[in-house]
Amino acid sequence: MAGIPHDHYEPKSSGEKWLHKRLPIVGLLYDTLMIPTPKNLNWMWIWGIVLTFCLALQIVTGIVLAMHYTPHVNEAFASVEHIMRNVNGGYMLRYLHSNGASLFFLAVYLHIFRGLYYGSYKAPREVTWIIGMIIYLAMMGTAFMGYVLPWGQMSFWGATVITGLFGAIPGIGESIQTWLLGGPSVDNATLTRFFSLHYLLPFVIAGLVILHIWAFHTTGNNNPTGVEVRRTSKEEAEKDTLSFWPYFVIKDLFALALIMVVFFAVVGFMPNYLGHPDNYIEANALATPAHIVPEWYFLPFYAILRAFDNTVWIVQLTTFITGGIIDAKFFGVLAMFGAIAVMALAPWLDTSTVRSGRYRPMFKWWFALLVVDFIVLMWVGAMPAEGIYPVIALIASTYWFAYFLVILPLLGVLEKPTERPETIEADFAASHPPKSGTAGTVPGAAANPAE
Amino acid sequence: MLKKLSLAVAMTTGLVTGAHAAGGAGEVTNYDFSFEGPFGTFDEAQLQRGLQVYTEVCSACHGLRYVPFRTLTDLGYSEEQVRAYAAQFEVYDEIEEDFREAAPTDHFPMSQLENAPDLSLMAKARAGFHGPYGTGLNQLFKGMGGAEYIASLNTGYTGGEKEEAGVFLYENTAYGGYLAMAQQLYDDGIEYADGTPATIEQQAKDVAAFLMWTAEPKLVDRKQVGFLAVFFLSVLSVLLYLTNKRIWANVKNKD
Ligand code: HEC
Repeated sequence: MAGIPHDHYEPKSSGEKWLHKRLPIVGLLYDTLMIPTPKNLNWMWIWGIVLTFCLALQIVTGIVLAMHYTPHVNEAFASVEHIMRNVNGGYMLRYLHSNGASLFFLAVYLHIFRGLYYGSYKAPREVTWIIGMIIYLAMMGTAFMGYVLPWGQMSFWGATVITGLFGAIPGIGESIQTWLLGGPSVDNATLTRFFSLHYLLPFVIAGLVILHIWAFHTTGNNNPTGVEVRRTSKEEAEKDTLSFWPYFVIKDLFALALIMVVFFAVVGFMPNYLGHPDNYIEANALATPAHIVPEWYFLPFYAILRAFDNTVWIVQLTTFITGGIIDAKFFGVLAMFGAIAVMALAPWLDTSTVRSGRYRPMFKWWFALLVVDFIVLMWVGAMPAEGIYPVIALIASTYWFAYFLVILPLLGVLEKPTERPETIEADFAASHPPKSGTAGTVPGAAANPAE
Repeated sequence: MLKKLSLAVAMTTGLVTGAHAAGGAGEVTNYDFSFEGPFGTFDEAQLQRGLQVYTEVCSACHGLRYVPFRTLTDLGYSEEQVRAYAAQFEVYDEIEEDFREAAPTDHFPMSQLENAPDLSLMAKARAGFHGPYGTGLNQLFKGMGGAEYIASLNTGYTGGEKEEAGVFLYENTAYGGYLAMAQQLYDDGIEYADGTPATIEQQAKDVAAFLMWTAEPKLVDRKQVGFLAVFFLSVLSVLLYLTNKRIWANVKNKD
């Protein structure tokens, strides 16, 4: 697909020309920074920059933390205390890193839901979406292994529970679990390999982020209308877009600065609010905490994992049909990974030709319900699996799957979309009428101040 | 009756955590501490009193293995005083392979009693009150944390006792059940060096504040960094807001 027509880098001085012939790196950077960007992007398009920042923050703080941390079961916990007490600024490094993970996930969830609402996953951006989902999986792996490193009670028991999931795979499960742990249970071998991988994966993520950006720079950004930038001529394209620098760089940096105000308030004034207090107790293989709760960002999927126990008919049926190969435990694991898989398949499950939820009157409501559903799952994931909570978890999990597997495919057929603006230019002009007020608004493009 | 009560508390806090995990089902009084809030700082006199309670009462059983003596200068003691304080304790020297007098570079000893937990991080390990309704907002808005729990624990004995498998257990409202530690604080059980009347509550609050310091010695520095960062980032946000507005002005409102 041809990109959006725009001016490319032209080396001017003889030095620039010399380099450009040999390595066109300046041209690459220039084209990346000056990429034509739909001018009607709203504030939900800032999360990409926030995420890039989070990755950098985690890598920088993480590298310094690794200089002072000791990956050994007898010393890990004490070495974290050493960082907190003796290393210059160590307490800030650690709190920035642990809360940085939370910001990272908050941003990635908002980014994903942005994509889900505005149909950013639809053709031709499926590859961007899939890479994004792989990044999200890699983030979860990294965060999970990072949480084990302080070697507190939740580190230890969280690792035990989550690696135990792999043990649920029929037949080969136990050997996989042993292979992951480096032994029969969570121990020193587990800690050292998690440390190694926790250091490695962020760089893999960085590579994937480059692919992610490359992919959507090839297709161009989506935008709140879902209407494509006109590519027939440079003049038309310029009416729909603005260059990334300075318009979006400054806008994104402003948003980032605001988010940093809140972030530093959390780090400075309540750095342990999002963590579990039990992780300030050193890991003890003999004392199981009363409730093993993962970090907040895993809760929705943890809720799905626990929702399918053997009282649910579909689980019983599956167990019966498969002759017991898929038992309740394995079903839960499949459901948890399936919940992410159906999200990754959204480009092919969504049958609507209209991208943006703005012009989909029925979709809007189902989407809003999905957001509520996600929050409910997060809340119920923190609750003990007793009383009313498993029922809530089951209903919420069912909706998650129904949204992707039933509602998205059906809506494309059932729904009658509303009228979309002809062009991005028209949409932009409608929400920013000229001050003199002579031109009037462009028909067909409703201003949408709520977005 | 009490079971009912603690159950009710557990329901209102929305999370039925086991008593051992994160100070769950008991009743915690929301004491005021000087270090709460964005500008809160430690009260040196209180920390000194807390150290006295710790030394005279708690250290008989508990340890503070992550706390080096040298950091006691944070409480306003001179290096001389710290050296003298450390010298009361004996530590095992790995190189000499023998016990010797502790130096300021050594850490407080570990727990003396096998089942008494180390208290260095207790104020953070028992900070989990997830109420109301599992949202954790009490912690956020009322500033309720581990220090409140420790103070409540030491004032929360009902006098109830029972014996289980040869261990004596004592009923405590903050713990939300029975625990193996008997009541340790009594009115005028110690005599404060600064003459403060040593009520149970006074001692409980002082030692709780001290244990907050052992758990988070950099609390005040951290808040200062947080405050500076919030201030400068706010200024930066305003500048970026204005820049952004300026840049977009000619695009948004042509003419
Ligand atoms: C006679 C020995 C002894 C003394 C003195 C003592 N404790 Fe304890 N403490 C224990 C034991 C034993 C436990 C473990 C109780 C249990 O888990 O059932 C304990 C537990 C605790 C706990 C953890 C309770 C929980 O939530 O699990 C705290 C906090 C505590 N002590 C604080 C103190 C403070 C503060 C002092 C000094 C005022 C003190 N202790 C003095 C023996 C003692």
